[in-house]
Amino acid sequence: MSRKTLIPIGPYHPLQEEPELFKLYCDGEIVKDIQWVTGYNHRSIEKLSESKTYEQVFFLVERICGICSTSHPFAFANAVEEIAGIEITDRTKYIRSIIGELERIHSHLLWVGLAGHFLGYNTVFMWAWKYREPVLDLFEMITGNRNSYAMFRVGGVRRDIENHKIAEIRRVLGEVKSKTDLLTGAVMDDPVIHARTKGVGVLTRQDVIDYGAVGPTARASGVAIDVRKDDPYAAYPLVDWKVITSEAGDVFAKAEVRLLEMYESISIIEQCLKGLEKEKEGEINVKVTEIPEGMGNGRAEAPRGEVFHFVVSDGSNSPARHKIRAPSYVNIATFKKSCIGQTIADATITLAGVDPCYCCTERLAVVCDAHSGEKLMNAKELIERSAVRTASLNKEFNCNK
Amino acid sequence: MTEESIISEFTAKFKPDILEVARKNQKRAVITIKPEAILRTAGHLYKEAGLRFIIASAIHTKRGFEIYYHFSLDSAGLILNLHVVLDSVRPEIESLSNMFNASNWIEREMHELFGINFLNHPNQDKLISEGNWAEGVYPYRKEFKSVSEEKK
Amino acid sequence: MGFKNYCFRKSLWVFHFGGASCNNCDIEILDCLTPRHDLERFGILLVGSIRHADLLLVNGSINKHDRERLVEIYKQAPKPILVVAIGACGCTGGIFADSITFAGPVDKVIPVDAYIPGCPPKPEAIIAGIVKLVNKRR
Repeated sequence: MSRKTLIPIGPYHPLQEEPELFKLYCDGEIVKDIQWVTGYNHRSIEKLSESKTYEQVFFLVERICGICSTSHPFAFANAVEEIAGIEITDRTKYIRSIIGELERIHSHLLWVGLAGHFLGYNTVFMWAWKYREPVLDLFEMITGNRNSYAMFRVGGVRRDIENHKIAEIRRVLGEVKSKTDLLTGAVMDDPVIHARTKGVGVLTRQDVIDYGAVGPTARASGVAIDVRKDDPYAAYPLVDWKVITSEAGDVFAKAEVRLLEMYESISIIEQCLKGLEKEKEGEINVKVTEIPEGMGNGRAEAPRGEVFHFVVSDGSNSPARHKIRAPSYVNIATFKKSCIGQTIADATITLAGVDPCYCCTERLAVVCDAHSGEKLMNAKELIERSAVRTASLNKEFNCNK
Repeated sequence: MTEESIISEFTAKFKPDILEVARKNQKRAVITIKPEAILRTAGHLYKEAGLRFIIASAIHTKRGFEIYYHFSLDSAGLILNLHVVLDSVRPEIESLSNMFNASNWIEREMHELFGINFLNHPNQDKLISEGNWAEGVYPYRKEFKSVSEEKK
Repeated sequence: MGFKNYCFRKSLWVFHFGGASCNNCDIEILDCLTPRHDLERFGILLVGSIRHADLLLVNGSINKHDRERLVEIYKQAPKPILVVAIGACGCTGGIFADSITFAGPVDKVIPVDAYIPGCPPKPEAIIAGIVKLVNKRR
């Protein structure tokens, strides 16, 4: 006899970012089906964007996601600059890439911390978040804010990174690098993390292609797509770096890809700083007089994958249509493949593996029949059931001995 | 495969279905096709040419409802936009979700926000409003006025 | 000091409700609990259920979908409870106030005891806000 139970995860619990509701349909401990209910975070940004001017839209798209708050303006700038045919200065390119890569470092550190938390390994959580702080301080020094940097504008950036700040950036990067070594060593060699993440939530190459997954989720399954390499923008073609991939497709591979990507990011920033020193201070803007009629496809590689902005301009000062595709939109859909067949305990880290940064402290509320939604058991019955289960386990354990 | 060979192969194969080909630059292309040809053209791009489906965008314009299907050729950095124009009164088009899962959610979303009907879609339930605020209205259509816009 | 205020003297347990937000406030709230600021020293703890909480932190603009959830969570909360609206969106709706799904800032939905503005407020600002609120109840 198989009776499916429904376990809701969300929509509101502490430590997660976006309110999301996952309904796990389980048979015993095994997840049989998963359903995603959303809308708790819908702010109709695409519609709002049509009522704002191009300069204002940057502040709006920055607030799509606080963690990728550079990627969205980045993609939007790429789209608008494509419409208007603007070529930005080299100094702007370097500054944009530096901000983008610093964001990747802080986002990946954040993910490593949260992933540790999902595994019940709070030491990693506290460590990673502690080492993330210097990066945020760097942001505060460069842009004036810890998150939401407001650096981008059409044809340039708002603030320069003056050359006298470069030494401080180098110092912090060195610090972050040594801490990353420490963290990578601790995560990669830990037998508990190996046991909890290897072979869990495997996404095959075919699944990735079918769902159109992007970013570290795709790269961990051996699909080497990275917008920075494929469709180069900003300073990425000017510096030397490589795309990190892994073949296994499980949560461990995703963690590995992210940790190694941080080293690439540090190296990109160091090269960009060298480039910055050669350029003249202050050349950070190109004069833009109008945005002509037309449309543009802008892409940028966010920490979570490809951000895609599609902007249609009718020649006025605000977009006629602005379509935004965030990486999680395609990555979250892959849960249907990666979660099914896992145990409930592994489902949480699998959900986290994609980096929707999402936590599961929500407990089982009521056991419902998955089809009719009727309440089948009350708390007392559940306790009785668990007592029976414990007794049977004890018996089994003794028998085996 | 390079971007040139993809586009020349595509235009040669689907000549009767193509209404217009526009190249903004080397890495961006917009190909307008007849709506009834969407399944075979998108199928060719996905299965044979190996392009990745990024997303689709719907727009409500004077011509009716327009959909851009954005495909990406990652090896060359090409974005190929398949463009269709649908009827403004009864917009409907074949769903791509039976071919790849990537278009499942976005088609649900366009159905919900624009009222475009996707034929043979596995599940066209509401994705983001869940019977809460977009009941019987299509908020992304041009005639829709939000509360703050009505005040003005 | 009445009994109600006595309850809020020490070891506030916090429940965090993220509305339709951009995550920035959420991660800054979390940041308060991690080693640099380390609020857990003072017994301030993020709890998994509103039924254990003394303080409800609400951030993000509240959309039509969240509204009923927020009301429900407020009803479930053990009284007395302090409610703090965090960030520009929580206080006024911020940049999303014109959105078609917007259902009012937090204080239109449930009573609010303190506002911490900023986009996002720095962890120091969040801590200062909570400290002010607690001191006022003394």
